[in-house]
Amino acid sequence: MTALPVEVRGLVFTYPDGHRALDGLDLAVPAGERVALLGPNGAGKTTFALHCNGIHAPDEGSVTIGDLRVAEPDLPEVRRRVGLVFQGADDQLFMPSVREDVAFGPANLGLRGDELDRRVATALAAVGADGLEDRAPHHLSGGEKRRVALATVLAMEPAVLVLDEPTSGLDPAGRRELVEVLQSLPQTQLVITHDLPFALELCGRAVVIDGGRVVADGPTATLLGDQELLRAHRMELPYGFDPTVAIRTR
Amino acid sequence: MHAPDGFLTAGTAVATGAISVGAIGVSLRQAREQLGDKQVPLAGISAAFIFAAQMFNFPVAAGTTGHLLGGALAAILLGPAVGSLIVAVVVIVQALLFADGGVTALGYNVLNMAVVTAFGGYAIFRALLRVLPRTATGVVFASGIAAGLSVVLSATAFSLEWLFGASFPVPFDTVFGAMVGVHLLIGVGEGVLTGFAVGAVVAARPDLVAGVRDLDRTALRDRTSIGMRGFALAGLLVSLLFATVVSQFAAPAPDGLERVAQDTGFDAAAEDHALADSPFADYATAGLGNEPLSLAVAGAAGVVITLAVGLGLVAAVRDRGSAGDRAGDRQHSPT
Amino acid sequence: MGAGHAHTLYRHGHSHVHRMAPQAKLAAAFVSVVAVATTPREAVWAFALHAGVLAVVVAAAELPLGFVLRRLLVIVPFVGVALLIPFVAGGEQVEVLGVGLSREGLWGAWNVLAKAGLGASISIVVAGTTEEARILEGLERLRVPTTLTLIAGFMLRYLVLIAEELRRARTAMLARGWVPRWLGDARPAASAAGVVFVRSYERGERVHAAMLSRGFTGTMPELDTHVTSGTDWVLGMGVATAAAATAVVAVVTT
Repeated sequence: MTALPVEVRGLVFTYPDGHRALDGLDLAVPAGERVALLGPNGAGKTTFALHCNGIHAPDEGSVTIGDLRVAEPDLPEVRRRVGLVFQGADDQLFMPSVREDVAFGPANLGLRGDELDRRVATALAAVGADGLEDRAPHHLSGGEKRRVALATVLAMEPAVLVLDEPTSGLDPAGRRELVEVLQSLPQTQLVITHDLPFALELCGRAVVIDGGRVVADGPTATLLGDQELLRAHRMELPYGFDPTVAIRTR
Repeated sequence: MHAPDGFLTAGTAVATGAISVGAIGVSLRQAREQLGDKQVPLAGISAAFIFAAQMFNFPVAAGTTGHLLGGALAAILLGPAVGSLIVAVVVIVQALLFADGGVTALGYNVLNMAVVTAFGGYAIFRALLRVLPRTATGVVFASGIAAGLSVVLSATAFSLEWLFGASFPVPFDTVFGAMVGVHLLIGVGEGVLTGFAVGAVVAARPDLVAGVRDLDRTALRDRTSIGMRGFALAGLLVSLLFATVVSQFAAPAPDGLERVAQDTGFDAAAEDHALADSPFADYATAGLGNEPLSLAVAGAAGVVITLAVGLGLVAAVRDRGSAGDRAGDRQHSPT
Repeated sequence: MGAGHAHTLYRHGHSHVHRMAPQAKLAAAFVSVVAVATTPREAVWAFALHAGVLAVVVAAAELPLGFVLRRLLVIVPFVGVALLIPFVAGGEQVEVLGVGLSREGLWGAWNVLAKAGLGASISIVVAGTTEEARILEGLERLRVPTTLTLIAGFMLRYLVLIAEELRRARTAMLARGWVPRWLGDARPAASAAGVVFVRSYERGERVHAAMLSRGFTGTMPELDTHVTSGTDWVLGMGVATAAAATAVVAVVTT
């Protein structure tokens, strides 16, 4: 599982109800980089995530993963390469047990038997969820659900991870565990979040998306230090939080 | 109305079981065509919704509560094929896991609660839309009345099965009268709840309501407020009308207790002769006051149910073309 | 039924009955229920035998009697109906404590009570010793169409979540002074149910998207790794044969 670069060019997408969610989005992410995608509600972040592995097809523009453009007939391979972790872990964990849920993806790739078991075990170990194999997903805690959801994607050994609001609803300990797991992973990561300290801790680079396009791109600490920018796009640091201090004490 | 094991005779259980298996088979195929590879998650989660709605108690009157049965609701929202399919799954799981309704009674329980309510309710709904204004208000009324009548239809279906498969001596017309009477009341609740539930969906996402997919969206947006009084009045009117018609036929059925005294012993022998070779269960015909009339009622009821379910099936097949593009629909904007 | 109902169906344990392959258990249960339902009501001894077999299975499953009885409350509405039968049924009358009751009706009441009670108890034992997912797995191996078992699986997976959404909607209404007294007051609750349907449907679409993004192409991958042991079938068929033999003898002798 080598990390792959992501190249997004002039992405435009309009929903059937006429809402233009993406309006010429451009973004280039080198292999192995972690990038935070920031921006207000309705900016188009989730819509963009759904383009990364072809759940939505763009009206114009393109997304390329490594040497492969996200479009038919390469969608099966694209979906192997790009792991999408949805915002609601309950939407992602639909099988009756953790084991079957983590096995769902690799089984769709045609894996069976020992190789499948190995994938499941490795993925669960990577997120520190070994031992949960036989639990029913709806009996897990919020933090466990989030980590298992990540494991369901890791089991496909993707080269790129796209995470939608991975920290929402997590308690501080669950959030800490998630940061550590994500930092330990080699994949290229696009992390959609409203949690600015989380973005700063995890990602060296951030982009701000608003109105369906990228409006700022740079080192996370620099963007978070720009009060004008934050205010213009409905973002706010937690009270008392100083990104320059945080970055020095890391 | 989850009948337990042994409530109807084995033959009836097998016969209704065969019909139900056939109906589920047809529904499965149509649902597959309508929803494509979204079938499993969408039907599964919608079934969870119907099941959850059945667990949710609403006030009825004087401290008593009732809950949705959901057959017509599911059919109006998702089309009769998906609707009957998911209610069937609910009924089957309730029997297997919750011991609610007998496993050997699944044939008639699925037929009455899923197939008849979904296909019958949908046919009534579509028929009402022909005469009612094709606006949000009209849809609410049509849904409510269709849901109410679907419950009555279900009760009638059970009474007819009783005619063939009674397991103890209560005559057909007593069962018919009691079942239809009780379910007229239940139907008013079902109608009110279904009407408002459909109204809320039409207001939020009219594109999701399978039963109105061919209606003009702008007309649906034109909402005049529906007064509770008007709705209750309409419900009452419909049930009164229905009760009058039914009682015209079923009037010879006197009160059960009285009947027992009056029929003691002597009817059974007389009826045996008249219906010696009939396919009807002795229990259901023994003690009928006016047998040809009762059987005529049963026949008429049978025709009505078959017609309604048949029309529902036809509507399901005919609407399939327009429903097909739903599977290809792109997702609604996320928030 | 309360929202938390789903958790009380299964009772964790390690008995032979718990460990039995689900398809063998389901087949045995199905044969037994059919046997009970076809046993003639006059053969009271046969019902005693059925109950005896059931008691042995309950004991072997290490299910507390209180658990089975509590879950049997689900048939209470039919106990009510059954108790009315002797009063409304026709035919020959017998005097019981000064009240005229129908002899056929009394038999009918007994018939409904015995069969409903035994049938429900068998379901309760199966659900009490088999996790939901294993029951669905068993059904699938008994050739129930996979689409049906999958729909049932998704239903059970999301039932608690959606029931919780409905409950929260009601709580929110109560918190804002909603006092439901009669059907007319149900309007906001019914509308809330409609809104919950929309959310459920949208959740279905999100789940579908999550499935697609993990390589789903329309058919669920076969993950079958369990092996059925022959002894499971021997045990299951032993119970089923006992019930079936009882029913056959009862039919022949009455």
